[in-house]
Amino acid sequence: MKFAVIVFPGSNCDHDAQYAAEHVLGQQAEFIWHKDTSLKAADVVILPGGFAHGDYLRTGAIARFSPIMAEVQKFADAGGPVLGICNGFQVLLEAGLLPGAMLRNRSVKFQCEHVLIKVEQTDTPFTSACRSGQVLKIPIAHGEGNYYAEPDVIARLERNRQVVFRYTNAQGIPTDESNPNGSVANIAGLCNEQRNVVGLMPHPERACEMALGSADGLILFESVVKAVAQGAFAIAR
Amino acid sequence: MTVTSDVLERHGLSTEEFQRIIDALKREPTLTELGIFSVMWSEHCSYKSSRVHLKTLPTSGRRVLQGPGENAGAVDIGDGLAAVFKIESHNHPSFIEPYQGAATGVGGIIRDIFTMGARPIALLNSLRFGPLDDPLVRRTFSGVVAGIAGYGNSIGIPTVGGEVAFDESYTGNPLVNVFCLGIAAHEDIIKGVASGAGNPVYYVGAKTGRDGIHGATMASAEFDEKSAEKRPAVQVGDPFMEKLLLEACLEVMRTDALVGIQDMGAAGLTCSTCEMGSRGGAGVDIDVSLVPQRETGMTPYEIMLSESQERMLMVVKRGREAEVERIFEKWDLHAVRVGEVTTDGKLRVRNRGEVVAEIPNRALTDDAPVYRRPMAAPAYIEEAQQLSLASLGKPVAADEVFARLLASPTIASKRWVYRQYDHMVRTNTLVMPGMGAGVVRVKGTRRALAMSVDCNGRFVYLDPYAGAQLAVAEAARNVACAGGTPIGATNCLNFGNPEKPEIMWQFARAVEGMGAACRALDIPITGGNVSLYNETDGRAVLPTPVLGVVGVIEDADAVVQRTFRNEGDAIVLLGETLDELGGSEYLKTLHGLIRGVPPVLDLNREGALHRVLVEGAGSGLIRSAQDCSEGGLAVTIAECCIGTGLGARTDVAAVGSAAGFSDIATLFSESASRVVVSVAPQREAELLSMASRAHLPARRIGMVTGRRVQIAIDGRTIIDEPLGEVERTWGVAIERYFERAKAIA
Repeated sequence: MKFAVIVFPGSNCDHDAQYAAEHVLGQQAEFIWHKDTSLKAADVVILPGGFAHGDYLRTGAIARFSPIMAEVQKFADAGGPVLGICNGFQVLLEAGLLPGAMLRNRSVKFQCEHVLIKVEQTDTPFTSACRSGQVLKIPIAHGEGNYYAEPDVIARLERNRQVVFRYTNAQGIPTDESNPNGSVANIAGLCNEQRNVVGLMPHPERACEMALGSADGLILFESVVKAVAQGAFAIAR
Repeated sequence: MTVTSDVLERHGLSTEEFQRIIDALKREPTLTELGIFSVMWSEHCSYKSSRVHLKTLPTSGRRVLQGPGENAGAVDIGDGLAAVFKIESHNHPSFIEPYQGAATGVGGIIRDIFTMGARPIALLNSLRFGPLDDPLVRRTFSGVVAGIAGYGNSIGIPTVGGEVAFDESYTGNPLVNVFCLGIAAHEDIIKGVASGAGNPVYYVGAKTGRDGIHGATMASAEFDEKSAEKRPAVQVGDPFMEKLLLEACLEVMRTDALVGIQDMGAAGLTCSTCEMGSRGGAGVDIDVSLVPQRETGMTPYEIMLSESQERMLMVVKRGREAEVERIFEKWDLHAVRVGEVTTDGKLRVRNRGEVVAEIPNRALTDDAPVYRRPMAAPAYIEEAQQLSLASLGKPVAADEVFARLLASPTIASKRWVYRQYDHMVRTNTLVMPGMGAGVVRVKGTRRALAMSVDCNGRFVYLDPYAGAQLAVAEAARNVACAGGTPIGATNCLNFGNPEKPEIMWQFARAVEGMGAACRALDIPITGGNVSLYNETDGRAVLPTPVLGVVGVIEDADAVVQRTFRNEGDAIVLLGETLDELGGSEYLKTLHGLIRGVPPVLDLNREGALHRVLVEGAGSGLIRSAQDCSEGGLAVTIAECCIGTGLGARTDVAAVGSAAGFSDIATLFSESASRVVVSVAPQREAELLSMASRAHLPARRIGMVTGRRVQIAIDGRTIIDEPLGEVERTWGVAIERYFERAKAIA
């Protein structure tokens, strides 16, 4: 199967996502330039981390106008699995593929460190191999990861079980101390109503090998490989 | 034009230098030419005071692919790959405008690396500030850290390590030294040369503005109360633009359409044109009216001297222009042809065709003035080297000293700093910051690279020769602790005003010591940077020659870190502790003193220690290794426990000292060539005999056990603290300064 890794000019985790998919998982992974207009028959789309267009105004605000985003939208509408990591998540929010917005971290600083997140939903293509409630050790690296949405939106997300990942302690309890950036309801990641588009602030592609400090992120990629192989999220071409 | 002494002074030129310009041109210079000479002959660009000394450093070796003189040095790391690295200072701009000063320092060094055809994969930094209880220092400190983070994080190059130290002498003159390392295939290394008459010269990147005019001259002057007025001379960084340049340049380099390339750093377009021409033995003819400009009405003088960031100059093979232009267009960059290579060896600057400057390239580069400045041993040294412990009165109890040292910002956890740096991007980081030397794997090979930047300015202040040797030893030792064989180094020499004979003496002695140590340890210096005039109101910083050492780890799976790993492991001290409190953190923190002589360094023993560490790491014998530096043995033992949940029970041999100071000397001496390692109990004998074969003192001092940090001296318990307490004291010391300030506000 084939991963498409979208490359915006300021993407800087594109190589990391490609490396995880190709060298750790042994799958095919191709870079797709943001000015391209074809996803080249990919089975999974990854929007990687970085600073898509410098992001001096608002993270991901300009990326949604890139030509490839129309294709990503079509791919998502057709049920294809899309994963937005960090800046990729911010781009998904700006593009309206996921609800809500990002504020600056409550520390008002960039933060890079390992955090714990709990998998709350296992019926998405990127969590299908997880146990419900499984706690993963995955790093964050962002200055604007403080998720915000209006209370009614949060209520709807909770009702629809769209909160996929939450910052928690080792026991899986979302506490204030375990919330690294001030996100509402400790939200670390979401899916859309159709459950095929997932975005999260932590970087699973940085946690695919024990040599790097954790291999807990691998399960997101293994999940989607399995899900696609089973035809669960095959897209209608 | 009549050149008055006032004009010369504003250009930082002496009347002798002006006469030299007239001799080189055989006429009076135009104002544009005067500006060009002034920046190229500034200390920052010409190294006029330091050059005679730098020439004595060892710069060659079997692994050296590129020594000093290019944008960065390069050493062979096997598999046909090279590590391309360099360190550079951005001290003066970082004081004037901390965020942008530091950010553009990062941008500059990254450009030096990718200009060589290498993809940058790691950053380190070496920082010095005044004491944190000063609000202005806190502002500078947080601004510098945010600036480094802002630039490095955005461009996606991990900051994997470094060092931060604090001393009053840096209050008005912080040091911001940034190191960058990249990887290139041998055959892909590209140089900053202009050659081939008729080949087009291209400008690419950000537009030229009036920012940074005379930045190089500013970096060559001392500070006074008017320095804040120099703000327009600090440039503003745009990491996104640099990211585009980085990717586009690496893509262009893969085409072999380039002859040479150089970034426009200090002295901007001036430096890049004349240096490329000089290296290629060619001339460069450009028209400044073709240079993309951000502001209107810029004069040729301003365009030539601007230090706007994120700009590159390239010489392209004739006939390959379209190919190169296409790649830059893909990245939304506009490469503009601004001139061509000539055969006459001159830098010719035109404005709409009319020649406004015409100078032989060599007059600006190789033939720039070189000074053998007068030197004199400073008067302070003799006095400062006298240390009488007895005169300090009865020492504070050792366990209290221990707590105060752990909370000293120079020793305490730097998490507040490195948490702001993306240290994991590119997924190569094998050792997290704070866990020893920076270590990144080299994808596609079995190898990893370890790197460390170090210097203890107090030691250099007390004895520049010995202090510089100790800096080399410490940086190399840190690399060896991770399991890396040191293979090359880069230096950043931060000193005061070289026109003062005492400062020049410090500089010369430090360079001598550095050279001797690098020769003894077989570590060639492949390049670096000199930063002089680090003074405020006539007071110089501690002389701070920072060494950045790079080492190769043959097996990336055999990397060793700072901390203990297994309950029951034996703790062994490699090397031995002597009564050496001179220049120590103990004297500084407890008594506010910088006195005595630095620890003695035996370079043979140091080399033997490195070989034992590397062999022990490679064979999996050594499970953890931490070098003893600031704070001595007691702090090192604590550092080995912190963050592991594992305590230590240790018992060390007493060191004789002045009456009442034996415990202090035993625990807090900063003797060189010492490392605390842990080893599986059944392999302890193997390690000890390996050390003995290397004529290296080694002794079991305890075992990894429990949840307390326990240190006894000859059976007498001196320190016995719960690990959690030690971790808290060490962990929050730096944060506390900011929280306290917030609480008061």
